[in-house]
Amino acid sequence: MSHKVIIPIGPYHPLQEEPEFFQLYDEGEKVVDIDIIIGYNHRGIEKLSESKHFDQVAFLVERICGICSSSHPYAYVLAVEDILGGEAAVVPERAVYIRTVVDELQRIHSHLLWLGLAGHFIGYNTVWMWAWKYREPVLDLFEMVTGNRNNYAMLKIGGVRRDIKDEDIPVIKKTLDELVPAVRMFEGAVMDDPVIRARLEGVGILTREQAIDYSVVGPTARASGLDMDVRRDDPYGAYARLDWNIIVEKTGDIFAKTVIRIREMQESIRIIRQCLDKLPPGAIDADVKDIPPGEGIGRVEAPRGECFHYIKSDGTNRPVRHKIRAPSYMNVASNKVAVIGGTLSDATITLAAVDPCYCCTERVAVMRRDTGKKVMNGWDLIKLSQEKTARLKGGGA
Amino acid sequence: MDFRLKALTKSIWVFHVSAGSCNNCDIEILDCLTPRFDVERFGIQLVGSVRHADALLVTGAMNKKSIPRLKKIYEQAPKPCVVVACGICAVSQNMFRDSYSMGDPLDKIIPVDVYIPGCPPKPEAIISGIVKLVKKIRGA
Repeated sequence: MSHKVIIPIGPYHPLQEEPEFFQLYDEGEKVVDIDIIIGYNHRGIEKLSESKHFDQVAFLVERICGICSSSHPYAYVLAVEDILGGEAAVVPERAVYIRTVVDELQRIHSHLLWLGLAGHFIGYNTVWMWAWKYREPVLDLFEMVTGNRNNYAMLKIGGVRRDIKDEDIPVIKKTLDELVPAVRMFEGAVMDDPVIRARLEGVGILTREQAIDYSVVGPTARASGLDMDVRRDDPYGAYARLDWNIIVEKTGDIFAKTVIRIREMQESIRIIRQCLDKLPPGAIDADVKDIPPGEGIGRVEAPRGECFHYIKSDGTNRPVRHKIRAPSYMNVASNKVAVIGGTLSDATITLAAVDPCYCCTERVAVMRRDTGKKVMNGWDLIKLSQEKTARLKGGGA
Repeated sequence: MDFRLKALTKSIWVFHVSAGSCNNCDIEILDCLTPRFDVERFGIQLVGSVRHADALLVTGAMNKKSIPRLKKIYEQAPKPCVVVACGICAVSQNMFRDSYSMGDPLDKIIPVDVYIPGCPPKPEAIISGIVKLVKKIRGA
């Protein structure tokens, strides 16, 4: 006989940097169900964005998430440039390459960060310390190129804010050269270590069908054998003109997700090197005056997957509607199948394996004050509104 | 000097509360523990429970859902407990001030001892803030 135990994790728990709340329902060692409760990070950014000038919104969306702080503004400026006629038509060539460099540097720092945290979760604090040690030179590059370690403020509508100086290019290349053996070392360390293999292989499997059902994106999808990457499928930046590969694994377990992230770092280093070699001369931004009425979308492959922004403009200097869909929103839901059936001790690494970013994912839910029970989402609110209209109609007639 | 307060100046154990932050401050706090900055040399470390903590390191812009939890955490912390507001969001709510989901700023909810502005503050700035805190306690 086993009985169900509910184990709460969070909202403030040493496992997580961010506040989020899991309830694991256990029978013995086995996890039978999971509840994910979020909302501790909700800041109402979509609504705030409607009260800001188009140029200010780029700074606002940068602060959706500290790790993808070039992906969100990139997707946003792509959406606005979509209204203006597309990135290729508006943005000077040099700016496109600089954008690509910043985007890929961000991918390296994000994957190193995840690798460190994953090592920490399975009890390999050495991996954590090493990964974050090699992350520091990347942050130094950011400080040199953009002026800040995080929150780069690099992207603006029509270009970039800062140029990459000619004398900085050898420094960037040298730092990347030093990073290559480190990434190789991680690849060897993860693939050859029997304990890491035992902890990660066959754990938290997301099959190809489940990946499609849950619409996961990014490395989580590529680990399950789905060959998808926005950088190739809907090219932005300079990716269509560069030589790089998409890494796809078949097994769908955490080991595959780890291998994909490590190999993607090597691809990112290759992409940055090519960009620096091809960096054309010229202006770094175009003079964009007014945003005409219209709608635009921007899609960017963030380190965690596809990041989507939608902008509606009515010809004033503020967006009328700004819709954001961050990659973790799709990936976090797949924890439901990945965690259930596994053991409790594997739950932490499985929950972390999709590289969840709750800052990006936060949504608001309205709770009725009288009962405290009914949680309403957008559809319920629409229904409530429709009911009210029906009631008013009935009363008027 | 109060003996209990004096004890706080050596090997501070920190509990980290993120009340609606964007992750950047949280990452820079973890960065302080990693090889380049390595504040564990001075016995500073993150602890799992607030009941073990000497200091509360608060990041984020205080949204309505996290404020009741923050109050509860502060009540559970053993006193004397110092509170450090890390990042401009915790200091003044920055650009999220006008949002519908924001409550009061941090220093209207619980007393704050040190403010570390920056978006995000560099690890050097966080360490400098902690040094100022220690100096303040010793001088008291």
